[in-house]
Amino acid sequence: MNLTLKVWRQENADDPGHFEVYMAQDISPDMSFLEMLDIVNEYIIADDGEPIAFDSDCREGICGACSMVINGVPHGGQQGTTACQLHMRHFCSGDTVTIEPWRATAFPVHRDLIVDRTSFERIQQAGGFISVRTGSVPDANATLVPKGDADLAMDAAQCIGCGACVAACKNASAMLFVAAKVSHLSLVPQGQPERERRAIAMVKQMDKEGFGNCTVTGACEAVCPKEISIDFIGRLNREYGRAILKKGNA
Amino acid sequence: MPLVSNILSSSLGQKYLMALSGVGLFGFIVVHMLGNLTILAGPSAINEYAAKLHSMGPLLWIARIGLLGMAGVHIWAAVRLTRDNRKARSVQYEGVVDPVDRHRKSKIVSTYASRTMIYSGLIIAAFALFHIAHFTWKIPQINGVEVDFETFYVYEVSAGSDQVAYLTPLPDGVGKEGENAVDVYKMLTTGFKVWWVSIFYVIAVGLLCIHLSHGLSAMFQSLGLKTKAYEKWIDHFACATGWLLFGGYASVPVSILLGIIP
Amino acid sequence: MVAKKKTAKSKVKTSVNKSSRNSADSMNVSSRAKKPFSLKPNIPPGPISEKWEKHKFNLKLVTPANKRKFEIIVVGSGLAGASSAATLAELGYNVKCFCYQDSPRRAHSIAAQGGINAAKNYQNDGDSVYRLFYDTVKGGDYRSREANVYRLAQVSVDIIDQCSAQGVPFAREYGGLLANRSFGGAQVSRTFYARGQTGQQLLLGAYSALNRQIGLGKVKMHCRTEMLDIVLVNGHAKGIVVRDMVTGKISRHSAHAVVLATGGYGNAFFLSTNAKGCNVTATFRAYKRGAGFANPCYTQIHPTCIPVSGSHQSKLTLMSESLRNDGRVWVPKDKKVAEKIRRGELKPSDVSEENRDYYLESKYPSFGNLVPRDLASRNAKEVCDEGRGVVASGLGVYLDFTDAIERLGENTVRERYGNLFDMYEKITGTNAYQNPMTIYPAVHYTMGGLWVDYNLMSNLPGLFAIGEANFSDHGANRLGASALMQGLADGYFVLPYTIGQYLAEIGEGDRPSLDDPAFISVQDEVECRINTMLSIKGERTPTSFHRELGQIMWDKCGMERNKTQLQEAIKLIPRLRQEFWSNLKIPGENASLNQSLERAGRVADFLEFGELMCRDALQREESCGGHFRSEHQTTEGEAKRNDDDFSYVSAWEYMGENKNPKLHKEPLKYEEVKMTQRNYK
Repeated sequence: MNLTLKVWRQENADDPGHFEVYMAQDISPDMSFLEMLDIVNEYIIADDGEPIAFDSDCREGICGACSMVINGVPHGGQQGTTACQLHMRHFCSGDTVTIEPWRATAFPVHRDLIVDRTSFERIQQAGGFISVRTGSVPDANATLVPKGDADLAMDAAQCIGCGACVAACKNASAMLFVAAKVSHLSLVPQGQPERERRAIAMVKQMDKEGFGNCTVTGACEAVCPKEISIDFIGRLNREYGRAILKKGNA
Repeated sequence: MPLVSNILSSSLGQKYLMALSGVGLFGFIVVHMLGNLTILAGPSAINEYAAKLHSMGPLLWIARIGLLGMAGVHIWAAVRLTRDNRKARSVQYEGVVDPVDRHRKSKIVSTYASRTMIYSGLIIAAFALFHIAHFTWKIPQINGVEVDFETFYVYEVSAGSDQVAYLTPLPDGVGKEGENAVDVYKMLTTGFKVWWVSIFYVIAVGLLCIHLSHGLSAMFQSLGLKTKAYEKWIDHFACATGWLLFGGYASVPVSILLGIIP
Repeated sequence: MVAKKKTAKSKVKTSVNKSSRNSADSMNVSSRAKKPFSLKPNIPPGPISEKWEKHKFNLKLVTPANKRKFEIIVVGSGLAGASSAATLAELGYNVKCFCYQDSPRRAHSIAAQGGINAAKNYQNDGDSVYRLFYDTVKGGDYRSREANVYRLAQVSVDIIDQCSAQGVPFAREYGGLLANRSFGGAQVSRTFYARGQTGQQLLLGAYSALNRQIGLGKVKMHCRTEMLDIVLVNGHAKGIVVRDMVTGKISRHSAHAVVLATGGYGNAFFLSTNAKGCNVTATFRAYKRGAGFANPCYTQIHPTCIPVSGSHQSKLTLMSESLRNDGRVWVPKDKKVAEKIRRGELKPSDVSEENRDYYLESKYPSFGNLVPRDLASRNAKEVCDEGRGVVASGLGVYLDFTDAIERLGENTVRERYGNLFDMYEKITGTNAYQNPMTIYPAVHYTMGGLWVDYNLMSNLPGLFAIGEANFSDHGANRLGASALMQGLADGYFVLPYTIGQYLAEIGEGDRPSLDDPAFISVQDEVECRINTMLSIKGERTPTSFHRELGQIMWDKCGMERNKTQLQEAIKLIPRLRQEFWSNLKIPGENASLNQSLERAGRVADFLEFGELMCRDALQREESCGGHFRSEHQTTEGEAKRNDDDFSYVSAWEYMGENKNPKLHKEPLKYEEVKMTQRNYK
């Protein structure tokens, strides 16, 4: 199949950037979206152009590196699918495909489709952990975790940190990401001692990074490749309220 | 006080304030509508209700200041949060979301109500000002009729058959603001006879109800009370409440305009 | 055209000259105190079960107050890298951690699906440290170091405790206790798991510990930073030279010790289940500076991957081995039928039962479809080589669930493998409930790596290698659910102790300044190499070279190797390398984000490393584990080990540009486990 690609090109963070049009020819429906871009890049290089820069690593939907908005939808709009797992059979010959980077003030563009997601790192560094020193822990079975809690914690812990939730949100809110981490750690007994401190610290850092606020539109849940539920945002709201009431001094 | 600073300075805290002030305003809106509906029970009923309300004195003022405060907090939080949101996402996407996607269960496009909260909210705030000027301050220049509502007063006690309580108007110029009962019924029927006033009211309460249909469910979410188990119920409740309030509020000007209420 | 060729040739010359000059420079610097290459495993004496305890006691310590005076560089942020960086920082050392991804969380450990082994015996089924040790040595086909494996089994129990305390949401039973599953190569249930994402959850646990230390300022994290070379001062590893992948800036970092946790080299085959960015550069650079590279030919081929769909393929996707519990592997008996299937003229359901060859079940009646990875892989290759493969490329066999669905019902199958079936459909567009899956083996894990002693230190003092980057624990073949165990064992519980010995010996003063001539010269070399690559301005992209190398490696040094093919590869690879250095095309410049340049650097190293793999495979005249030499098999086609002549670790020493590397041998002594031939009939 043949496609017309409208791709965001931006040399570096200071460049205002622009769209450029490329033709993707003889694309096999069995290719993944990123393999299609690989091929286009080989052609661009052959034509003495600079290839389109995009993040990808594992290419099996778990590392969370790939990050592009395809036709207005982060990761391209197949339910529960990252861009690297999106295959070309979902497109039709003759389609025009618009490809853009994540758009959020907290995710400045490095180049083309690559954005800087270190804001997520700083949120995690602020409190996304349980403080245990290596070796200073009890036997794993000494702490019982009800199966339901472990399963729910796992639902939240699946987050791959790709940032699609931020990219999809009209307010570029990181609530789903923060909620997933806070929920995971507050659902397991090991996370209880730091529960309040964690919620307050992570929310504070989230605000500082310049993410927007949740207006409950549900776009984050719709594009999340791991289909993490917006319920966790409700849980974060609850956690934070509980935390500031219980421990106003953090 | 760390609690206060946590609430005031954090996005989540501001959302709590938004939700809590919203709860208060919502309560007021429900009570207000029930008060309005006393008009269906006839002129004396609504006039009596209004007079009793006004006779509460300091309590009334506390309520008014409380409402004003809640509206203030609601608007303050809304403006701050919206400003943050705009800053957080300054560039829009060029690509257009294809709404026909058979693979996607949930919609990626947010609801109209959720996208327009700040606009519906600000229009409602403007409408509230007009509404107060119209029926509370009774500024004659804006009511669209040749009369001044300031002259509409009724007897509060019955003194025989020609002076039925809350029905018989006081003679012109006798009534005094704060001392005599207002003839709310006459004020409404006169005021809403003006077609553009009525239409403006209907549009405004329409917006109010759209605002509430999202605001109510978002309130549950902001306070962490919404989960998947109850999500549908909460959404249905919010939507139904929106329609009910719209019906209740719009019925008065519409009935008056159509002559159903004489 | 003729003129063009000429210029290309002259370019070869210049580039060769340049690089040979570079290595001469480096020789001068490092030869100041170059020690002869020696392999001392430093295995502590005593009974195997007491070695580690005694060794820990005998290791020198750095006092708490002095720890903060030491600086340690950790390269890589996967399970081994993140866990060691966090633990070292907890102990009080100052750590600098580097990764090429934009976040430590994206390291490829995240993709591990199945689980992690630990000798907890929570199931009361007779598991023990000794049994895990025994299974691992046996699974490794008697080519691993006993003492290291025993220690691995010992600390495995601590890993589960540690991860659980970090909040890793392991699968639980209703009573709240940890759940286990069984995994290939073991007769007990000792595998802990978190759905099909165990690697992700364990990595996120280590990552959270790392984040905590970054927040506390004890770890300085450098993301999107690629290590390009290692710096030796007086023969000791004292720092690295890195490239900032956003700005292109080359910088030097010095430390008291350098830890490489840079994973495996499966991408030498281009197509593998590794992430696109996985590369051999860090360990290979260490090798070129004098570290021994051990057992490079040991690669594990995973039998259940989704077949290649075309020449565009950028990577292969693994599907959990558990599928073989219920799926039946088959191909048509008749070559002609297979041809028709490949052309799309026949559907698998059109092939009647008697025309199907369930080759694993007929060949290995007792193990059937559950034979170990290497056997399943090799047999798939064999039937496809006979022309009986079933996908368009001819390289694929059926994994059929029709019987399982009939026996258990579609719902049960969905419960067990639903996520895998979904993934399969996402990639291939085929519904595996209605049609059989197609699978083919793919490169998955590399058992070889930098040679290390019992302390995980390479033969270069101050240079440590942990996780998949070292060689020590898996021998010639790794058992399922053991990679996660080894990465975390090294990072949490071994290296943080053993590195203290080296640091205590050298003292806190032994950290050279960044202006040391050794640092300056290595940086010059790195910059020169980048400039050389950029200045070639030829015709071919790094990816095209990588693809070609991968094809050579897969054809000649893949699942089955033989002398002729390996010798061919050893001729072909240098030719390709020469073309690379004369006909490479990299658009753009160094001073910006340049993914072609990143790729080119990695491919350049693979182009040298691939040859080393072939040389190692060539010298190992036996079949063992992941290394199958077709000349060395039993009459029944099974791998035939030669314990008398090849019971050693091969460690290669770099001898210089265009010189053959030198083979050193560390003999393997089995005092605990008796060597036997594997038999799965």
